[in-house]
Amino acid sequence: MMNKDTVHIQHELDIVQARQKGREISKKIAFGTVDQVRITTAISELARNIYLYAGSGDISIEEIHDGNKKGIKISAVDQGPGIADIRKVLEDGYSTSGGLGAGVPGVKRLMDDFSIDSAVGKGTAITAVKWLK
Amino acid sequence: MRIPILKLNDMLLVSIQVVLDDQSALMLKEDLLQKIHVTGAGGVVLDLTSLDIIDSFIAKVLGDMVSMAELMGAKVVITGIQPAVAITLIELGISLPNIMTALDLEKGIELLRNAVIDDE
Repeated sequence: MMNKDTVHIQHELDIVQARQKGREISKKIAFGTVDQVRITTAISELARNIYLYAGSGDISIEEIHDGNKKGIKISAVDQGPGIADIRKVLEDGYSTSGGLGAGVPGVKRLMDDFSIDSAVGKGTAITAVKWLK
Repeated sequence: MRIPILKLNDMLLVSIQVVLDDQSALMLKEDLLQKIHVTGAGGVVLDLTSLDIIDSFIAKVLGDMVSMAELMGAKVVITGIQPAVAITLIELGISLPNIMTALDLEKGIELLRNAVIDDE
């Protein structure tokens, strides 16, 4: 495994740093322009969710391999309040912060694989993968 | 970072040339509304050619900015959204309805001229 990077999210400007890191790594893996924007946007949504709901957490971005497939894996981990109803956050337009409610369902659409694990009072872990086609 | 707002006759021109963080976007919203108020501009062209990502937060700020400017009586045209940004926005689930857009700055100015003249 190579090119693994973690950005600690605590301040609003860390969101910009996380997406710049994502852009850099997805470019290195040789994703096309559209996929680079999809990946960078997904990172931005996940980083903002950490900042908004958990206060702080980590975004890790790494190159992954599966057979001769190559891809990028984004992990968003926080020890925030957790999500009581995961089905709700996967619905378009659901927001508790006055946002557009596009974040989590949007990330799921922009990436190829998506998983979410959350426990109330413990935190949330989201993993999203995009494969190079 | 403060984004400059230029005045050209009765319209305002904004071209975002920096990495747009949340604070800069919010500041631009307030600066633009203030500038509309002070100059009495009837229209705004907001050029996003250099913007390589629009996430849901920035999209919300842009949408709010357009609605607020229109509430004041100024029309806003957004120009230059890149193909990859358009694809990502729609996949993200954001369509920015009721917003006037044009391919580039030149067409944006033309569209705005017509929209403002039609209104008068």
